[in-house]
Amino acid sequence: MDLSSEVMREMYWMMLLARRLDERAWVLHRQGKIAFHISGIGQEAAQVGAAFALRKGEDWVTPYYRDLALMISLGLTPKEYVLSLMGKAGDPSSGARQTPSHFSLRRVNAVSQSAPVATQCVHASGIGLAIKMKKTNQVVLTTLGEGSTSQGEWYEAVNWAAIHQLPVVFLVQNNQYAISVPPEMQMAVKSVADKACGLGLPGISIDGTDVFGVYKSFLEAFETARSGNGPTLIEAKMYRLTPHSSDDDDRTYRSREEVEEHKKKDPLLLARQVLLEKSVATEAELDTLDKKAKEMITEAVNFGEQAPYPKAEEGMHPVYFEEVQHG
Amino acid sequence: MAEKALVEAIRDAMDDEMGRDEDVFIVGEDVGQRGGVFRATEGLFEKYGGMRVVDSPLAELSIVGVGIGAALYGMKPICEIQFADFIYPAFNQIVSEASKMLYRSDGAWPVPMVIRAPYGGGIGGGLYHSQSIEGFFTHVPGLKVVVPSTPYDAKGLLISAIRDPNPVMYLEPKKGYRLIRGEVPEGEYIVPIGPANITKSGEDLTIFAYGMMHFYALKAAENLEKEGISVEVVDLRTLVPVDKDTILKSVKKTGKALVVHEDNLTGGYGGEIAAIIAEHAFTYLDAPVRRLAGPDVPAVPFSHPMQEWFMVNEDKIMNAARELANY
Ligand SMILES: Cc1ncc(C[n+]2csc(CCOP(=O)(O)OP(=O)(O)O)c2C)c(N)n1
Ligand SMILES: [Mg+2]
Repeated sequence: MDLSSEVMREMYWMMLLARRLDERAWVLHRQGKIAFHISGIGQEAAQVGAAFALRKGEDWVTPYYRDLALMISLGLTPKEYVLSLMGKAGDPSSGARQTPSHFSLRRVNAVSQSAPVATQCVHASGIGLAIKMKKTNQVVLTTLGEGSTSQGEWYEAVNWAAIHQLPVVFLVQNNQYAISVPPEMQMAVKSVADKACGLGLPGISIDGTDVFGVYKSFLEAFETARSGNGPTLIEAKMYRLTPHSSDDDDRTYRSREEVEEHKKKDPLLLARQVLLEKSVATEAELDTLDKKAKEMITEAVNFGEQAPYPKAEEGMHPVYFEEVQHG
Repeated sequence: MAEKALVEAIRDAMDDEMGRDEDVFIVGEDVGQRGGVFRATEGLFEKYGGMRVVDSPLAELSIVGVGIGAALYGMKPICEIQFADFIYPAFNQIVSEASKMLYRSDGAWPVPMVIRAPYGGGIGGGLYHSQSIEGFFTHVPGLKVVVPSTPYDAKGLLISAIRDPNPVMYLEPKKGYRLIRGEVPEGEYIVPIGPANITKSGEDLTIFAYGMMHFYALKAAENLEKEGISVEVVDLRTLVPVDKDTILKSVKKTGKALVVHEDNLTGGYGGEIAAIIAEHAFTYLDAPVRRLAGPDVPAVPFSHPMQEWFMVNEDKIMNAARELANY
């Protein structure tokens, strides 16, 4: 199960591309060029590790708003993401109807997510049920934050998956905050994984900053699911390195020292170290990748700035599958 | 043609569609071996097995949410809510998810599903087994809302609902399950979602009703005929999309409109019908539009005299119609 150098470099590239794109979104927001950004910085290792263990385009995903690195790994392009950031025509998530980062990408079975947290988990169990009915060997990955595991939607989704041994893997990205609220105000258990035993499925807690370790855990969980042995709950521990969103001021609830401390465990830096230590890549090669990412993103931003907005009247559609006259 | 009860027609529709289309399945509480608490799914578990007639955990949001997930995958779920009164835990999944999925994904993710719910009072059910819920859902674009009032329509409309590529709320007047009987053809036929039905033609006034209230309205109209009052009766059948043309044509002919529903008055669906008439047929009116509806109390009380006080019935409809005719 050892990863080839090529795959390791590919995983690093996805993390890097998502990171630079995310950073650029913050800059665009400061420049007044986009209205809103919600960030996945610090969570890339868990997302890329999970994505690489999937059969892309064949398996299903119901993602959440921090999953930029997951979506990039599945094939969302920087250009497409910039369209959604800017509310421009051609945004594949929603035709610019939804707030940015509420992902959907039909061509890779990534289902549209709304804002009410944990709603997507129930859909994942429904997709899992359909897969079981159709007897294919696909799996479903659903993701959410640790705070969102307080929702009834999440418990009901996990309960369904456990009862019917559905091929669903629940990835809880525990970034230590739900906006400002820490995990100890969300749950009495030490780890989200502990919730699994009350629901009857295996639950594990892993280091969500180690992309290669995450990959291995997910490969196993997906294999279990694929072979009909049911769901797994995986808590990936990490730290949200940015404020909750561009509308948040995290200085009101956490110290700068705390954030700085966690920057030392930045998953992107950790992945870079592994590549260098294992001689999978040289400093110079990695710097070249960085340059390439920045160029791609600059090109995407230019593309986005020139792209047209949707026509106002497009807001009228599509309410129903077919044209329906009502009222 | 066989005469059947309303609930039998509903069962026939599900049975026929499940026989024709492997993607159709039923999910809900006690729908399996028990055949549903109202016996709507009786015999289907034996015929199609537990993978297609699925006893859900006692959890409404996931009955709908799992249905949505399966629909996204390509299945055609029929989600049964045991009593309409218990649909509120699923409100988030219906309103935030099912109704908005197509719009928010710019058409990428249709949700072909049916949500069946027995509604309405007059059966000794008290506050929580008697409610009418259409007012909450007719307000939500993206949903279709259907209420049959005859066995013929019940079967034809349910077949249409199952085949419809949109989420359809199919509300069943449970008092009429066995009380309302009528001719139901064997095999395949549809009643399209949309058109209302003029079930009795008349000259002096029009009664607009649906579900159980249409059953009473028709009886009231037949009685009034003997008193020399000629009443036209329109069974709305589909609340969303509403058949504006039939409503306006009828009211332009009779000049008087009585809108009847058992749901409480304020914010009820009848206000919408009254508004359509006021906006588009004002100059044809010989009297103000009259609404006859349940009183504005939280729900139907249990004790028999209080229940009867709450319920709109044949007598109350006759009284309201007489007053309107004499205006
Ligand atoms: C049902 C619901 N309530 C409140 C919100 C507002 N809200 C958005 S994100 C969030 C915190 C989520 O925290 P967590 O689940 O830990 O995910 P994270 O944002 O940390 O990744 C809140 C309260 C929401 N989107 N949905
Ligand atoms: Mg969190």
